[in-house]
Amino acid sequence: MAKEYVAPVGEGIHAVRTGDWRTQRPVLDSSACRRCGLCLMYCPVNAVSRAEDGSFSIGLDYCKGCGICAAECTAHAITMVREARA
Amino acid sequence: MSRVEVINGNMAAALAARLSRPEVIAAYPITPQTPVVEYLTQFHADGALGCQMSEVESEHSAMSILTGASLTGVRCYTATSSQGLALMYEPYFRASTLRLPIVMNIVNREMISPQTVWGGPQDSLTLRDAGWIQLYVEDNQEILDTTIQAFKISEDPDVLLPINICYDGFYLSHMTERVEVPEQAEVDAFLPPYRSRHIILDPDQPMAVDPLTNGNLLMEYRRKHMAAQQSALAVIERVDSEYAAAFGRSWGGLVDQYRAEDAEYLIVSMGSVCGAIKEAVDTMRGRGVRIGLLKIRSLRPFPRKAVLAALEGKKGFGVIDRNVSFGTGTGILYQEVRAALYSAGARFPAASFIGGLGGEDLTLELVASALECTVETVKAGKTDEAARWLVRAKKGEGR
Repeated sequence: MAKEYVAPVGEGIHAVRTGDWRTQRPVLDSSACRRCGLCLMYCPVNAVSRAEDGSFSIGLDYCKGCGICAAECTAHAITMVREARA
Repeated sequence: MSRVEVINGNMAAALAARLSRPEVIAAYPITPQTPVVEYLTQFHADGALGCQMSEVESEHSAMSILTGASLTGVRCYTATSSQGLALMYEPYFRASTLRLPIVMNIVNREMISPQTVWGGPQDSLTLRDAGWIQLYVEDNQEILDTTIQAFKISEDPDVLLPINICYDGFYLSHMTERVEVPEQAEVDAFLPPYRSRHIILDPDQPMAVDPLTNGNLLMEYRRKHMAAQQSALAVIERVDSEYAAAFGRSWGGLVDQYRAEDAEYLIVSMGSVCGAIKEAVDTMRGRGVRIGLLKIRSLRPFPRKAVLAALEGKKGFGVIDRNVSFGTGTGILYQEVRAALYSAGARFPAASFIGGLGGEDLTLELVASALECTVETVKAGKTDEAARWLVRAKKGEGR
């Protein structure tokens, strides 16, 4: 039997992987990257992370493929690649 | 041992709030409630409140803060009046539909316009369908006793609803009376601490509160909310009995009656005017007219069965309303009582009175005239469809 709720609440919270909505994904060319961090600052969903050695990577769980990082990158190190059907 | 104090209604409310050990109070001053906030702020400054006291920038903020505080699972208290309540309407409705047991005294003040600060329960009565429990009281002792009871009623697992204890601005808020104030230990024994389980912001019990919800689920919550209001009927009665056992004072629970048992005619009313009605009843009883008073304490939930039981065997009744119900031609309580009778198929001759708006005095003379008029109306077998206005004679017009 389903649990009865007195007040409007929801339990069993799960995170939606908004990366599933993506139609194109950013591909970072590490050799061209100047490690300035603009992509990290501009990413609206905090999908860019910086490693201890100063290198950058883009996590795809929440990246919606908006392309802002590619547009802001002064080194043109990020290109947007169309997602293919699995 | 309780101690006897000589205090006004606002101090009775403030003392009751402190004795009930809320953990968060948020309030904004507004006439005639202002002294409640002043007293609580002074307690806090003296280190004698034992509670978070938030002095906010508006009533909307007061209720919003208490909504958040109550969601952390603690006991909350506030007080307001009229325009403050109106400004609070949005979080007021949310507090009840989130099922948060917040206690709020409403120091009844007439609604504008014209500009007024004087008494009249139009403010809270107009919000009677916003999901809160609303109890109306007659004197300062009843303010103190009922405000303490309010926490126990609203926090009951079968209820879990916010509650208003409403009292007339100036007539009670600024009037000084003898009030017995119980000891802290006595109140502690009566009122256990509140701990929320049904809705709480707690990392150990993660839940999404108040998510966007479709109509089919929303209707489920409304149905449960209405059922909780009905459950409150029994809880209000039980808590009154428990209070009487602990403190020796009962206020009748849902309704109170005065010389009503053998009465042929009944006057129905609520609030401080019941004092004048009792005097007028005594006067008419002295002339052999069998008349009595039915005082409605609980307007929400409306005590339909108690009203029917009180009216059983009576010839008819009159209702004195200190408010208007625009578009019906009468006051709100007259509408409520007649609706209750319809459900039982009962039909009585009845008289409807409106008076005492905007702090206007409902004098003994006016109340007595309403009682006389009720007897005449009932004897004639009539039922009023429009209210009779209780208006004082202008100066120069002799009577």
